[in-house]
Amino acid sequence: MYANKFGRVMLALYSRNTATACGGLSTATACGGLPSAAGRSGFSWTAVCKQRTLWLQRTACLNTQQNPVPCHVSARSASQTTVDPDELRRFQSLAGKWWDEQGEFSALHAMNDLRVPFIRDNLLNVHGVRHPGKPLRGLRILDVGCGGGLLTEPLGRLGANVLGIDPVGDSIGTAQLHSSTDPDLCERVCYRASTLEELAAEGDEAEEEQGAGQFDAVVASEVVEHLADLETFAFCCNQVLKLGGSLFITTINKTNLSYALGIVVAEQLLRIVPGGTHDWDKFISPVELERLLESNGFSVQSVQGMLYNPVSGAWSWTASTAINYALHAVKVRDDPHTEQAGGGSSTHPEDHPTAAPHS
Amino acid sequence: MHKLTRATLAFNGLGRFSIAEKHLSAIKITSRGLVSAEHGHDSGKNEVYDVIISGGGMVGSAMACSLGMDPNLEGKKILLLEAGNKKVMDKVPENYSIRVSSISPGSASILSGIGAWEHITKMRCKPYKKMQVWDACSDALITFDKENLQDEMAYIVENDIIVAALTKQLDCLSDNVQVKYRSKVVKYAWPLPHQAADSIPWVKVTLASGETVQTKLLIGADGPNSMVRQELGIPTVKWNYDQSAVVAVLHLSEPTENNVAWQRFLPTGPIAMLPLSDTESSLVWSTSHRLAEELLELDEESFVDAINSAFWRNENQSELIETAGSLFRGALSVIMPSAGSPRQLPPSVAGIGPKTRVMFPLGIGHASEYIRHRVALIGDAAHRVHPLAGQGANLGFGDVACLTQLVSQAAFDGKDLGAMQHMLQYETERQRHNLPMMAAIDLMKRLYSTNAAPAVLLRTFGLQATNMLPALKEQIVAFASK
Repeated sequence: MYANKFGRVMLALYSRNTATACGGLSTATACGGLPSAAGRSGFSWTAVCKQRTLWLQRTACLNTQQNPVPCHVSARSASQTTVDPDELRRFQSLAGKWWDEQGEFSALHAMNDLRVPFIRDNLLNVHGVRHPGKPLRGLRILDVGCGGGLLTEPLGRLGANVLGIDPVGDSIGTAQLHSSTDPDLCERVCYRASTLEELAAEGDEAEEEQGAGQFDAVVASEVVEHLADLETFAFCCNQVLKLGGSLFITTINKTNLSYALGIVVAEQLLRIVPGGTHDWDKFISPVELERLLESNGFSVQSVQGMLYNPVSGAWSWTASTAINYALHAVKVRDDPHTEQAGGGSSTHPEDHPTAAPHS
Repeated sequence: MHKLTRATLAFNGLGRFSIAEKHLSAIKITSRGLVSAEHGHDSGKNEVYDVIISGGGMVGSAMACSLGMDPNLEGKKILLLEAGNKKVMDKVPENYSIRVSSISPGSASILSGIGAWEHITKMRCKPYKKMQVWDACSDALITFDKENLQDEMAYIVENDIIVAALTKQLDCLSDNVQVKYRSKVVKYAWPLPHQAADSIPWVKVTLASGETVQTKLLIGADGPNSMVRQELGIPTVKWNYDQSAVVAVLHLSEPTENNVAWQRFLPTGPIAMLPLSDTESSLVWSTSHRLAEELLELDEESFVDAINSAFWRNENQSELIETAGSLFRGALSVIMPSAGSPRQLPPSVAGIGPKTRVMFPLGIGHASEYIRHRVALIGDAAHRVHPLAGQGANLGFGDVACLTQLVSQAAFDGKDLGAMQHMLQYETERQRHNLPMMAAIDLMKRLYSTNAAPAVLLRTFGLQATNMLPALKEQIVAFASK
């Protein structure tokens, strides 16, 4: 059942994304018959994906009679929003299940054992403030794509003032309900149903005189692999962060191994993650992410591999970043392209998210 | 003080988020801040604590001190509920109290870590350097001592002194730890495992005064008949021994260096004399219920005679056992000529202390689960043992150290204090330590409860052999000292 759903979703995603990439259209038509997801064989997936996206692009471009020059195709649209409507829909249906520790999100609950110390220790290194009992006191943190607040709450307990944002309203409702009973959290943890761009735009208007960002840290854990436009995301992160502020990202690498383990095994075989949660084309390698961040005014401080053990249900740090990894970057300069909101009209060639898959 | 801090934080939060927030939550923060500012006095309207410890005995108070002093738990709200009165000891009473505990070096370091050991040594405690354990039915004996009688093996401390020292330490921690005396709990309400829309996710405790308090983590330290354990319905493996312990304070015939703990296994049960000072010792005589009652009814002289003959008389030994014992000892001394020790006799008793002797029934108990969602059991609530090995309090202090360390780490990781993950670790670690100890104590008790020849021979040989092996004895002492 999951495999079929996965296949259908993959179909829809490919068609939609590639269509918009070619001409900014958001058609919902499926572009011809796509090979079904089940038809994968054992040779290099990168080659298959490359072929498929190129084929799709050609078909889509011909159908819509756009510019025949092959344009850069990516699995993400070069739109001005980071939100992908399919992802929205998928997480909407899971909105009530965030806090079931043995449920669909059990792996995310377990990931707190790694990501909370990662964030805490790196922030303590940067800021060096020591408040026993509340190590992150006085810091303002933005949790992008907070979902049900799984990561927002521990950060709040550590003393930080955390704002959790998520485009899915129901998830925000779940998060607010869960934190409402804890008097300790109520004061420090807030939620808003909003996208990052909206927040950045607001902050911009309100603080034009200062030109400074509002947050000491931005956390985007298990988010970038669900986004439609990474360029905008990186730009907005830069906008909302103070100079010297930290950006924490955890995501999945784009390798053969991450396809095999992260999608085939995790979604279809072991059902660690609900089927269709991840789209391999949206995965990004650390090198690529680092390049993207550095062109948006960040300096990457550390990258660490993470590994999930499905038997024990626990995560551990590992040397290899082949599947999951965590990244810590620091904002070193304000983004020079402040007037050009969104990545569509960016003039720097290296800023274009490219289609060539990186293994 | 907590209320003011929260109100201030609330207003700060309001100021900071006024730009980004156009929300109801801003109003909610203000109103909550105002409401909590009103709770300056204890109105007990379902106040939410981070940790509530139920039971203010030795182990419960130690837990409260330990959590209160932990740097990662600073700013957390901790409450200790004790049904009895506050035990203040301005001056150490002249007379010794009859309930004492043997505090191992491991427990002593735990107590010193929470700042209570200093108070104890200033008040009164007696270190002892050697322990002699021997059989009434044979000549076998075993002595435990640290090398060259330099280090202390363990300490005999009156229970009242331990509680008073902990109370004194708690007074210093009044910022973090609140203590409510004369608060008996009448009801516990447990949280549902999954959060439903209207349910409160915290443990709710109702006191006899009608007050209710809530907590994210409840620690049950309420003794062998733990109400927390019973209300949770945790299956407990327990049975009563057909034994009661008679306790008293003994006056020795003459002052002596008194740094040896004596224990003799009689067929009816072990009799132990634990040093309190150069002239006084504590008696713990575990015997059958009937005999215990008889002992309580004896007049002082006859009671003293009974004690002396229990330690000195050899009438239980049969010819067979004696021969077998000496043969075995001879054989062993050929293999290891230097090992083994001569039998010493305990000091004779002249009288007993002014406080009356008491008896209490003995049993064994072990909760099959030490934890549930948001609840943990420590001390006698989780495990109850026979006093023959002097380990009951030490196991409890070990629980305190383990749970504190895990809760502290969880707080530093921003976790919910009542979460199962770190509590399962506590349960595993402590059960792994406690169960072998309890099994060993129970085995000893059964083995020494009979004077049937096979059992006597077995334990005679076993004891003599163990006595000859310093390495094995060191292992035993190390295990018991943790």
